[in-house]
Amino acid sequence: MTFEHILFSIEDGVALLSLNRPEQLNSFNASMHLEVREALKQVRQGSGARVLLLTGEGRGFCAGQDLSDRNVAPGAVMPDLGESIDKFYNPLVRTLRDLPMPVICAVNGVAAGAGANIPLACDLVLAARSASFIQAFCKIGLVPDSGGTWQLPRLVGMARAKALALLGERLSAEQAERWGLIHRVMDDAELRDEALALARHLARQPTYGLALIKRSLNASFDNSFDQQLELERDLQRLAGRSEDYREGVSAFMGKRTPEFKGH
Amino acid sequence: MPRYLEVQAPEHGVRLVTLQRPEALNALCTDLLAELATALEDAERDEHTRAVVVTGNRKAFAAGADIREMAACDLVGILNDPRVAHWQRIAAFSKPLIAAVNGYALGGGCELVMCADIVIAGEDARFGQPEINLGIIPGAGGTQRLLRAVGKPLAMQMVLTGEAIGARHALQAGLVSEITQPELTVERATQVARSIAAKAPLAVRLAKEALLKAGDTDLASGLRFERHAFTLLAGTADRDEGIRAFQEKRPAQFKGR
Repeated sequence: MTFEHILFSIEDGVALLSLNRPEQLNSFNASMHLEVREALKQVRQGSGARVLLLTGEGRGFCAGQDLSDRNVAPGAVMPDLGESIDKFYNPLVRTLRDLPMPVICAVNGVAAGAGANIPLACDLVLAARSASFIQAFCKIGLVPDSGGTWQLPRLVGMARAKALALLGERLSAEQAERWGLIHRVMDDAELRDEALALARHLARQPTYGLALIKRSLNASFDNSFDQQLELERDLQRLAGRSEDYREGVSAFMGKRTPEFKGH
Repeated sequence: MPRYLEVQAPEHGVRLVTLQRPEALNALCTDLLAELATALEDAERDEHTRAVVVTGNRKAFAAGADIREMAACDLVGILNDPRVAHWQRIAAFSKPLIAAVNGYALGGGCELVMCADIVIAGEDARFGQPEINLGIIPGAGGTQRLLRAVGKPLAMQMVLTGEAIGARHALQAGLVSEITQPELTVERATQVARSIAAKAPLAVRLAKEALLKAGDTDLASGLRFERHAFTLLAGTADRDEGIRAFQEKRPAQFKGR
């Protein structure tokens, strides 16, 4: 499959997926969804990827759904937005969240609607200083989707989550960092290089173990303390059987640099 | 030698049976079903086997019956279907049968899960009876055991829409006893099986029989059966051993007598 609406490559363990409809601020239409899905399938299926870096081309990161697909003429049958969520957005954020490797999101510009919530399904979010997050749904009578109503209160607390979702005001990258919505803000010119450097660093780490860490942290919001302790035991059991653990301990004992393979 | 199964020698009293038809998502063709029934009958006779774990692979426990086989069968063919007897042989297994389920357990696969006594499922397991989509209905207990397991509304919804449910939903509904990390499903099922294998075999057998009675008889008959079984065990050496070991605060050594 050749891609028209995204750029996609896998190199040295780093899968780079960049949304590429810059004229439309990388907003999603059905074809872009299908391409992203295909790319993520390749990432999942033994392509050698150990880290995923998600970003966007041009001045925006992603403006959510392309509304030119969605104009409802007076008297026309109302659309079933649930269908597109079932078909596209929910599988997308589930895949990002469940992908057994670190997922970095480099938010290079405005992130609005679903575009503001997709980064929240990723593991490490970096943002350009000029980037912003807008829960634009409330302005057109909709509800934050793509996991927004689940992520926001957990990341920034209920009071701020409600303000963001009900007012739909622009949240600057710096404020997002202060609130703990994202990991780090950096200068626009540095974002791509820093994100790539981080991705390359992680791709040499024990990524199987990192995937288990991600899994345990993701599960923590749903689990009781006791359930989480049991999960930690089970995941540690798996981690302890990995080649990377053996290599890590052996390198530590032999005072040398470990060479991790990701399994 | 079975073609579609891998049967391991018992370890600590537990035999692991793995469905091995990955190219067809472990679809339960008649030969596979016959092999499974035979493997359970072997396990039944084997005094070293006290429990059996049955599993598939990470992608599928068993994704249904073999549709091609079924398509080739007309009314008379279905009437004389040998599968019915195989299913009865599987259900008649008197030792504990534990299913370790990852991935799809659909149609016949879901019905096989319901023939098991204990079900340990990986978090990504899916359970469903999609027969309705083919213009047929479940034919190996899917309408009967499912209703008893999960209650009427969910059983109706699953059988009439053909839509599958996930492991968490299945746990909540009572189709599954425990869920684990998918990588640890077989290990956990084996642990449970070993724990059972260490108990008094006659007590385990009668306990299983009594519990199954609860599902298909009225309470008074069930209670009567339970009391008979309870009384029978009073005549066993293992009961004396079990009680004595408890009083002497040591592990019991059961002999199956």
